[in-house]
Amino acid sequence: MKLGYFTERPVRWVPEEVILKNGAHFAVSNSYFDRERASADYNYFIDENLYAEELGFDIVALNEHHGNPFCMGSVMNVEAGILARLTKKAHILLIGNPLPVLKHPLRMAEELAEIDLISKGRLITGWVRGAGSEQFFNNANPAYNREYFEEAHDFIVQAWTRPGPWRYEGKHFHYRHVNPWALPYQKPHPQMWIPGTLSPETIRWCAEHNYPYFGLGTALPATCDMWDLYADEALKHGYEAGSENFGYLLPTFVAETDEQAQKLGQGFLFGGGQNTFSRVEHTLPPGYNSKEAIQKLAKQPQGSWLGISGEKMRGQVEDLEIDPVKIRQKLLPGYERAQKNLQFMIGSPKTVIPKMKAILTTLRPGSLIVFNVQGPVSNKDRQTSMRLIAQEVMPALKEHADSIGLVDALTKIPGTTKARAGVKRNPVADRGLLKEYGLVS
Amino acid sequence: MIQSTEEKQKVAGAELVMVKGGSGKPLLILHDELGYPGWMTWNETLAHDRTLLIPLQPGYGKTPKLDWVMDYRDLAGFYSQVLREMKLAPIDVIGFSAGGFIAAEMVAADPHIFSKMVLVAPMGIKPAKGEIYDIFPITIRTHLRATVADPYKTPEFAKLYGGEMTAEQFEAFEDARAEAARIGWEPYMHNPSLPHLLNGTKTPTLLVWGSSDHIVPRECIDAYKQAIPDAQIAVINDVGHRPEIENSAEFERVVTKFLAA
Repeated sequence: MKLGYFTERPVRWVPEEVILKNGAHFAVSNSYFDRERASADYNYFIDENLYAEELGFDIVALNEHHGNPFCMGSVMNVEAGILARLTKKAHILLIGNPLPVLKHPLRMAEELAEIDLISKGRLITGWVRGAGSEQFFNNANPAYNREYFEEAHDFIVQAWTRPGPWRYEGKHFHYRHVNPWALPYQKPHPQMWIPGTLSPETIRWCAEHNYPYFGLGTALPATCDMWDLYADEALKHGYEAGSENFGYLLPTFVAETDEQAQKLGQGFLFGGGQNTFSRVEHTLPPGYNSKEAIQKLAKQPQGSWLGISGEKMRGQVEDLEIDPVKIRQKLLPGYERAQKNLQFMIGSPKTVIPKMKAILTTLRPGSLIVFNVQGPVSNKDRQTSMRLIAQEVMPALKEHADSIGLVDALTKIPGTTKARAGVKRNPVADRGLLKEYGLVS
Repeated sequence: MIQSTEEKQKVAGAELVMVKGGSGKPLLILHDELGYPGWMTWNETLAHDRTLLIPLQPGYGKTPKLDWVMDYRDLAGFYSQVLREMKLAPIDVIGFSAGGFIAAEMVAADPHIFSKMVLVAPMGIKPAKGEIYDIFPITIRTHLRATVADPYKTPEFAKLYGGEMTAEQFEAFEDARAEAARIGWEPYMHNPSLPHLLNGTKTPTLLVWGSSDHIVPRECIDAYKQAIPDAQIAVINDVGHRPEIENSAEFERVVTKFLAA
């Protein structure tokens, strides 16, 4: 199993009240931007990733978002290029480049090839559709989101593997001279790991392409269901999925004591946390979701999806006045609930080890990425968490992973276990502990 | 009460669903970006001496989406084919909002396709000042409320959209929003070449606009007037983007007067 390190590189100086009053991180005015602090933190987060490598994390993971203070990574390939040069052995995982909103797959193929060359083959690339809000930020037509995604992906794979020059005239992209003189170091190309929040369409697509799928802190029972969907789809494509096909990203904050961890871990709720990434009208642009997803939403008025209730979906609450004090009070039960559901891992090493082992047992991921805290937590406290995870938690997790046979995608190429005719596939999830943790009735 | 019917027909390579009602000379109605809302008072009035033909736009739930239609000009081309195949041209037309954009694209490509043209708060030309309201980064509820000057003084608005939104309504609006975005995202609900191609249009044209329209600014009407100098303008006071339901009596008066002239 591989253990990775991830941070959103949060903007730590924006007043929380500004985010709460805006109702979301997306669309907070950049009049709050502070160039001195931003400059310092861009450099600090590069150093933090180098520290992760020094501590022994196998992977450093980057992402990007646009138009908000949730994540400083606006152009993660820039950071990846720097890390490619400065790191020595860690793999650089991109989760992921939002293909539909960047709109230039040839340029993307070149950028990633350079990163892979500079790192001498340590790039693991990944693709996302981009959050709903990012369609607005980049003026990318949301009704073509999935078409852009698939066409850009197919083009990039060709650009990396097919000798040029050649001509490409697709539906959305046109290049009449394809012949990039930067090709990946890895042959045929870097691995692609796909992060997501359990969209069945994306999971089917991953299974079709043998690409590992990464659950982004997703609820464990639903994640088990989607692992099964992936594995069943994999059989249709002639192979058996295993731990190498799966990864999981877990918000994790560790301190010397549970009390310290609980206090600082509340940074995950900063500005409302992930549930206030963007307001409903920015989260679901027209045409962004499949017809099936819209039908499901329409029929579940009381349900919650992407953190949005049926009531919010219909825009019933968007005009209500926002009271920051009340919002903070409302967030705390969610913090406790997320910990109870094992979706936030907060505590001393002694507290988190058994819970993280339970996640490994349940989801059987080949790779686990820990996601450092959000909000205005000091460099020192962030690094203490990283050190405790690396020195005290990681050995226990790796030992456990070995004992239950978890293998990562770098060690075993996904899709290499052929499906066996007439033989039931191996389980890809183990729901045994879900009941013990009260996650299923 | 005049009944309307819904008919599916194979035309222009599509399975087009068309609402029909009334009797007399045909009158083409091109609905707006949110889709056909239903048979309202103004339909009833006009249907006394006209046969209303209301094609339901492809991708809006009933007529299947046409993937090859990638912008409003493509859609206008499709509707022109429909009229040719059905031998309906030249025909009178009323186009609402994005439906006005479609009608304008049709007449720009074929100056003889319409005998008379009514454009109600038409999108399609970027205003020199102000902006066509961005209908995509808002919820459907916010959008609907923005279409009328005062929802509480608009009984037909309450009839259409009052009460809890049903799953079917939600889905229909999402279909409409998705398709409007697909073909109107960029350039946003306009075509930079349209005013140039409209120059010299001789089709008798009426531009209808509500003085409190939050969706399409007055400058859009001025831009159409500049492209079609002979066009008449009818401003209906104290209504928004939906004069046909906000002040249906005045809307019917100006439209029937123009069509009868």
